Amino acid sequence: MRETRDIMGMPVSVEIVDTSAAQESLAKAFDYFTYIDQTFSTYKEESEMSRINRGEILASEYSADMRLILGLAEETKKLTNGYFDIRTPDGSIDPSGIVKGWAINNVADLLRSLGHQSFYVEAGGDIQTGGNNTEGKEWRIGIRNPFDRTQIVKVVFPHGRGIATSGTAIRGGHIYDPHTKRAVAANVASLSVIGPNVYEADRYATAAFAMGEKGISFIENMDGFEGYQIDAKGIATMTNGFNQYTYDQKD
Amino acid sequence: MKKFLASSVFLLVFAAYAVYQNFGNASTIYTAQPNTSVPSQQTPDSGAVAEVTPSPSQTPVQTEPGQTTPVPVTTPTPTPTPIPTPTPIPTPTPAPQGQYVNGTYTGDAANAYYGNVQVQVTVSDGKIADVQFLQYPSDRSTSRYINSQAMPILTSEAIQTQTAQVNGVSGASDTSAAFQQSLSSALSQAQS
Repeated sequence: MRETRDIMGMPVSVEIVDTSAAQESLAKAFDYFTYIDQTFSTYKEESEMSRINRGEILASEYSADMRLILGLAEETKKLTNGYFDIRTPDGSIDPSGIVKGWAINNVADLLRSLGHQSFYVEAGGDIQTGGNNTEGKEWRIGIRNPFDRTQIVKVVFPHGRGIATSGTAIRGGHIYDPHTKRAVAANVASLSVIGPNVYEADRYATAAFAMGEKGISFIENMDGFEGYQIDAKGIATMTNGFNQYTYDQKD
Repeated sequence: MKKFLASSVFLLVFAAYAVYQNFGNASTIYTAQPNTSVPSQQTPDSGAVAEVTPSPSQTPVQTEPGQTTPVPVTTPTPTPTPIPTPTPIPTPTPAPQGQYVNGTYTGDAANAYYGNVQVQVTVSDGKIADVQFLQYPSDRSTSRYINSQAMPILTSEAIQTQTAQVNGVSGASDTSAAFQQSLSSALSQAQS
């Protein structure tokens, strides 16, 4: 059974293929997403994140998860040559670029710990799958057409790994440059990354997308990651190992 | 001696490769210049995306996704074709040359999932001359950086709409709705 709720300002879907206690597990999964939203949302005034941004909490009082996320964000910033940064131009912290993939991955771990092998967890277009779909086949994931969200332009089989896409979703899109405070024309419309898990895929998709046309080369040079980048003219460029994900291993 | 010769050849080849790589880096740095011009009515290569067609309309706000860029650019020469009015309610009077009052207008900040989108519109000669992003979701925005790694050789293809059934779709979260929301509120201030 699959359920979709609006949490963290985006559609969040969880599907559990095994029927045993699936309803109970779904509830736990959504409870976790709700906790994440209540802790890290920059829109909820009483979230820990908002209180930190208002200077109401000392660093020594941060929750364990907050400290972990801030540490992971700092690590990711270093790993991506500064491309990944949760600090906004006005100096506040917006951890959404790392929290989403991390939360999806934690829910996948939660479902495994509850004994579920086959599941699908998605938040805002970033996906972690496990096992098989209801037909007993590999999960089939479409890569959305960045120019028409009703269409898909590629079908991939993540083979149990995570997939995340960064993009502008704005036709003739723009990337906002926080240094000049100007929008620059983006030559890349979207970049989908398949990585060891959705947390890794998400953080590197976010960073590599911000690199513009060179993002796909950055992914190519990383072990364990493959990417599919669509430019503003509708031309896709893929990493050399990407095709291992374009077929069903079970067929 | 043979070993020495072989080593020398290997070292020479390696040195030549290193020089080549450096040269390659230099050239890629220059090609990495961001294109600062705002693309106008950009369309995918013909045949690339079956149902994405350019709209002839000059309407500044597209309400349907996947059509033309929502950032029209004023053309240097006036077009002889009539400009359809974007207002849903038909007005008996013909639209004046240029639909908006000159000036700069700031739209409301609109929630785009992980951050706000807020635009500022500059109207000149009654047309949208420029759209600036004042806010954009932060996970899409970091400093530009020139990759020092060599450019690998990668394969490309024109994207094509797939009809296969899938269990889920991976895509960027939709910021376009928020963009249009902010743009609309900016333009509503510019209505003549």
